[in-house]
Amino acid sequence: MNQELLILQFQQQDVQAYEKLYNAYCKSISGVINTIVKDAEVTEEITQDVFLKAWNNAASYSPSKGRFFTWLLNIARNAAIDYTRSKKYKQSQQNQTTDFFVDILETHDDLNSSTNAIGLKEMVEKLGDNCKSLIELLYFKGYTQVEASEELNIPLGTIKTKNKTCIGQLRSVLGV
Amino acid sequence: MGNYAQYWEYKMNIEEYIASGILELYVAGSLSEKENEEVHAAIQKYPELLAEVESIENAILQLTAATYQGEVASFESLKNQLVQKESKVIPIQKSSNWKLISGWAAAVLFGSILMYNTFQNKQSTSEIVSEKEALEAQIEKTKNTLAEKERLLEILRDKDIISVPLAGQDASPNSYAKVYWNKKTNTIYLDAKGLPAPPKGKVYQVWSLKITPLTPTSLGTIDTFTANSSKVFTIQNPNESEAFGITLEPAGGSSSPSLDQLYALGAVSS
Repeated sequence: MNQELLILQFQQQDVQAYEKLYNAYCKSISGVINTIVKDAEVTEEITQDVFLKAWNNAASYSPSKGRFFTWLLNIARNAAIDYTRSKKYKQSQQNQTTDFFVDILETHDDLNSSTNAIGLKEMVEKLGDNCKSLIELLYFKGYTQVEASEELNIPLGTIKTKNKTCIGQLRSVLGV
Repeated sequence: MGNYAQYWEYKMNIEEYIASGILELYVAGSLSEKENEEVHAAIQKYPELLAEVESIENAILQLTAATYQGEVASFESLKNQLVQKESKVIPIQKSSNWKLISGWAAAVLFGSILMYNTFQNKQSTSEIVSEKEALEAQIEKTKNTLAEKERLLEILRDKDIISVPLAGQDASPNSYAKVYWNKKTNTIYLDAKGLPAPPKGKVYQVWSLKITPLTPTSLGTIDTFTANSSKVFTIQNPNESEAFGITLEPAGGSSSPSLDQLYALGAVSS
C-alpha cells in the first residue's frame, strides 16, 4: 500500500489506514520509548499515548516538515523524556544504569525470541562506541547536532559526516 | 554527447547530495525547518533520493524495533480511544506548486555542487556551513519551545481569567492542580503538573460542580496526560461552575465521579 496515501487517509481520520501505520511503527516507537524510560509496562502505556496524540493532532502533520516516522519519533521522545522528569520515574530509578540502547539489546536473556535481534546485536557491537553513542543521541533521544557535539565533545561540523558513516555501517550489516 | 554530460552531472549531484549526510539527519529529525523543506522538495523530484531516505528509515526502523522485546498493545485497545473528528478534506497540492518545488530542488542541487567544490578545496569550510545549519536548527528548536511557553503565559495573563486552586484530597494529599477559567470564551485551562502520572488503565476526569445541591458535570477525561509535556490542558466549560474537581477513573471515564478517588478539589471564590 502506498505510504503517502495511507498518511493522507490517516489525516482524514481513517481508522483502517491508521491501523496499518500503527502496525508498521509501533514496535520501533516502543523501542525508542523503552530506551529512555527503561520499563516495559510504562513503555506500553506511553506508546498508546503517543499514537493517541498523533491521531488527535493528525491535521498538524505535513510531509514538507519531515517523514511521518520522524514526526512520530519526535512525539515519542518528548513523551518519554517528559515521563523521566516525573516523580514516579525518579522513584523507580534506584539502580538502573543502562545507557546505550545496545545495553538493552544485551540484557535480553530470551535470545530465542528473535533471531533477528541476535544478528542486530552482533552488528551493533561492531559499530564502535562513537557510533553507538551518536546513534543513540540523534535517533533515540532526539538531540540536535549542537547538543550531540557538546555531549560527545566532537566538533559540530563533523557530526553530519560521522553520522553518515555510522548509519552506513548499520545499513551494510542489515543489507538495506 | 550532451545528454551524456548532463546525465553525468545529474548523477554526480545526486551522489554528492547523498554523501553529505543530510538525508540521515533528515530521518533523525535534527534538521532545521528550512532544510526539511529543501530535502522534501529534493526527494519529491529525484526518486534516487527518496529511495535513499527510505533505506535509511528502514535501517532505523529495524534498529529501534530490535531494542524492544516487551509487549506492544494491539491496535484494538487503541482503537477504542480514537475519536473520529469531522473529517476534514486535506487539499492535495496544486500542480502549480511543482514549479516552485522544482525550483527549490534545483537550488538545493546547485548549492550542493557548490558545497562539493568547497569540500574538495577546503574541508573546514564545509564544516563551517554544516555548523551554521546545525546552530540554526538549535535556535529553531529553542524558539518553538519558547513560543509554546509564551502562548501559555499570554492565556494566563488575560484579564478575564479567574484562577481556582485545587487542593489535594484524601486519595492523594500531595497532589494539587490549578484551573484558569475564562468565562468569556467558556474555556478552562487546567494546569495538572502537580498530579502524578495516572496508573495504567486509568485516566483523570475533570468535573464542574454545583454545590447546592451537589451536582457534578463531566468536562471529560484527560487522555493525553503523559504525552502533553506542559501538562496544561484546554477544556471547554459552558457551565456556571461553583467548584472544580479531578477524579481518577477507569479509561474512558465514568458517568459520575468516584469520590474515593477524588485527587484534587477547589471552589471558585465569588
